[in-house]
Amino acid sequence: MKSSIAATVFASCLFIGLPTITVAGSEDVVVEDAWSRASIGINRPGAAYMTLRNTGTDPVTLVGLETPLAMMPDIHETTTDANGVSSMAPAGDIMVPPGETVSLEPGGLHAMLMRLQIKMVEGETFPLTLNFADGGALTVDVPILGIAARGPEG
Amino acid sequence: MNRSTLITYGAAASGVLALALFVGWWQVDGPGTPEPAAQRPLPLTQMKFQMTDQDGSTVGPTTLLGNPSIVFFGFTYCPDVCPTTLSDISGWLDDLGDDVADMNVVFITVDPKRDTVAAMAEYVSYFHPAIQGWSGTLSETTRAAAGFRASYEKVATEGGDYTMNHTASVFLFASEGQFLGTIDYHEPREFAVPKIRRVLTRA
Ligand SMILES: [Cu+2]
Repeated sequence: MKSSIAATVFASCLFIGLPTITVAGSEDVVVEDAWSRASIGINRPGAAYMTLRNTGTDPVTLVGLETPLAMMPDIHETTTDANGVSSMAPAGDIMVPPGETVSLEPGGLHAMLMRLQIKMVEGETFPLTLNFADGGALTVDVPILGIAARGPEG
Repeated sequence: MNRSTLITYGAAASGVLALALFVGWWQVDGPGTPEPAAQRPLPLTQMKFQMTDQDGSTVGPTTLLGNPSIVFFGFTYCPDVCPTTLSDISGWLDDLGDDVADMNVVFITVDPKRDTVAAMAEYVSYFHPAIQGWSGTLSETTRAAAGFRASYEKVATEGGDYTMNHTASVFLFASEGQFLGTIDYHEPREFAVPKIRRVLTRA
């Protein structure tokens, strides 16, 4: 179990390192304050949060996610209507304008981790690859905090 | 985009809710009253539903009488809003300290099919110890939501699974059961904690 996960992680790192990828803009994205909550088993979806900062001069667009942790990661957005009813839906592509920051945070955008392959254990981390429209990709290690965590500080 | 798939109990929920709203309006405000308070939860004394708490005890709205209460709806397969609400509330309760010793804090699931008593018991154990987890049958869940004027709806997700849209507000009740107000999702702690304190000092 553990070794196959490690192999997948290794494989996805290799993939990121492939020299064939030419990028325009996404190399300027900085990811900060990534965090997620521990899961109860693997039946419930997880969520991860972070801040994407575009330090470059071109807009960058996040188009998808990949992780060995979950078979169906996707970017979701939670909205709450005037009656106080909350709902969640795929957010589509996320554009980060040059010099600006987009936050994935509770109650708004989140990396929705559907079909967990392994339990999210407090104290561990998992790799999450962000795929951008220019073909670039960035893999971040997302710390797993407690189930009752409220932010990157716990 | 997800297409909302209103399943039977969602439809039943809105039917019962509509009926309850109509009856509530008829009885409380009467015909011709300019503003029927459609969104206001009933007093706990007028609600009727039966559920099971995390310890397996039978509970209902009258169980809450005698102490002030905080009640909110959600489901444990909710990755974003619900853990955030439970951890926010845990934070408020920590701030209030011993003052909340006698307060009822109840998380009611809108997804009893997956949220069994055991599932609710495990889930609430990760948050503030005052938080209870109640689950009921589909029809009792419908009755509970109708009393609180809360709504919920089952929605299919990409992987053939489903999620639940639901009212995310936190409801406050006096110890005699009157509805005192709501704390909206994501209301900052500076507002939430004093609101709860006001409810507590009323008691
Ligand atoms: Cu989501």
